Amino acid sequence: MSKLFSDENKAAFTGPLNVNNPITVQVLGICSALAVTSQLKPAIVMGLSVTVITAFSNVIISLLRKTIPNRIRIIVQLVVVAALVTIVSQLLKAYVYDVSVQLSVYVGLIITNCILMGRLEAFAMQNGPWPSFLDGIGNGLGYAAILVIVGFVRELFGFGTLFGYSVIPESWYVSNGGWYQNNGMMVMPAMSLIIVGCVIWAHRSINKEEK
Amino acid sequence: MNPIKKLFDNIHPYVEEGGKFHAFRSLVDGFETFAFVPNTTSRVGSVNIHDAIDSKRIMSFVVIALLPALFFGMYNVGYQNALAAGHLADATFWGMFWYGFLAVLPKIIVSYVVGLGIEFVVAQWKNEEIQEGFLVSGIIIPMIVPVTCPLWMLAIAVAFSVILAKEIFGGTGMNIFNPALITRAFLFFSYPSAMTGDATVWVSQDTILGLGYKATDAYTAATPLGEAAQAGFTGFAPETIENAITGLIPGCIGETSVIAIALGGLLLLWTGVASWKTMLSVFVGGACTGYLMQALGLTHILWYEHLVLGGFAFGAVFMATDPVTSARTECGKYVYGLLIGFIAVLVRVLTPGYPEGMMLAILLMNLFASLIDYCFVQSNINMRAKRATIK
Repeated sequence: MSKLFSDENKAAFTGPLNVNNPITVQVLGICSALAVTSQLKPAIVMGLSVTVITAFSNVIISLLRKTIPNRIRIIVQLVVVAALVTIVSQLLKAYVYDVSVQLSVYVGLIITNCILMGRLEAFAMQNGPWPSFLDGIGNGLGYAAILVIVGFVRELFGFGTLFGYSVIPESWYVSNGGWYQNNGMMVMPAMSLIIVGCVIWAHRSINKEEK
Repeated sequence: MNPIKKLFDNIHPYVEEGGKFHAFRSLVDGFETFAFVPNTTSRVGSVNIHDAIDSKRIMSFVVIALLPALFFGMYNVGYQNALAAGHLADATFWGMFWYGFLAVLPKIIVSYVVGLGIEFVVAQWKNEEIQEGFLVSGIIIPMIVPVTCPLWMLAIAVAFSVILAKEIFGGTGMNIFNPALITRAFLFFSYPSAMTGDATVWVSQDTILGLGYKATDAYTAATPLGEAAQAGFTGFAPETIENAITGLIPGCIGETSVIAIALGGLLLLWTGVASWKTMLSVFVGGACTGYLMQALGLTHILWYEHLVLGGFAFGAVFMATDPVTSARTECGKYVYGLLIGFIAVLVRVLTPGYPEGMMLAILLMNLFASLIDYCFVQSNINMRAKRATIK
């Protein structure tokens, strides 16, 4: 048991959550972070989907790593990821149809998510299945955490809601005689780039000692 | 002058390192260097020549140049209010001016308090000299928003642009984009219903401290460009263009009067603060593109009408010539200006959603200014390198 949770394995899991975060430090997977974060719910579903897919594709590739011929490894990795993405996509359609409609093509585009290919190439090809699994979970959750932060800010200020429930009192709005208006720019992808930039700024100034 | 100098000398010990009010060092420093040219000289060992006209003095020229447009804008706010209420006949000149003054003053105060507040905090935090760039932005920002723009929106937009368009690039002189235009762009995209489109935003419709008139029922007045963007438009009446030149049209506070802007522009050119090359080429670019669009039958706006309507003149005189964000090579200024005029008219004519394109044109060209400079510098280097080769 102690071997399962050795310091190395712990680092494989906790590193991506903070000091080696795929979005704020490696700046990978930005495209989907911009596209699906206008509301919290799709952001969370997207984060979880990527976590599941990264974890299991890491495990599968790690199990196969000694048998994959080096020259065709990218194709093999893509086949594994594509299969998992298809499974997740079908599950989403079956159980949370409205969210899967909102996510539209971005679930399919997880195949091309740089975080996945990066972890498979950089970690799963060199490590055993258990550390690879932890690494996949860590990276997926690190990605999901940033998505949730961005989604929280965008939904709160862009729609005045959280998870679809209105948070800002109705009487504040101009249409009801108040003074408040939702910020239309938060709904645009351009603003999520700025928010991701601010998150990176905050993250780097907290973790200054690394450099 | 002497009492002011004495006042600063008395304050100094309190704000030096270890003083009681050290937290306000940057504030005192900022006001002192604004009132007096600093008497410090360059460090020994480097060759520097300091002109007495430092950037704070240049900024003051721009602020003075903006005053005619600002005062006319205040008058126009009152004029539009009286027009909306149908009391134009019995409204007095000063009555309209003071009404506009009261309508605009809170915006100027909010813009300065928020913007300068952030600048002072940053200067104190980084232990730097206070940066004066916001003096101009702070007065331009209230002039390029509609008079009904809520103050809280203005405050958020100013904070956004000072932090994200200016301070993170390194402060005054380092910014890529014009902070005043970023403020406007933020408002424009975040709160479109308070900034444009809806025809009620351009006219203040209520009394302020007993001054002005209350418009009877929802009075709507579209800007001339807004009218032109609507279906069925076949050309402006001559009075509209006359009013656009004097400035008695609905629009953002400071942008309506071409005459007032021209006064400021002349001061800028006379003092050499703004480049005549940029200014001229913006107008030439706009006029040529306007003529082309007219010749192609794409629009009913005549080519010279583009130059007097909307924010074109204001943008060309005060925004495009911003020395920080515009091209700096002499030839580059022509290209930069021509493209601003070209894009502004292109947006006005060809994009139905945006009746006004000056803001977008200047911001886009801000982005390309350094590229234009690079091309001209590089071509100059190449030319000289070729000349230097021995055959």
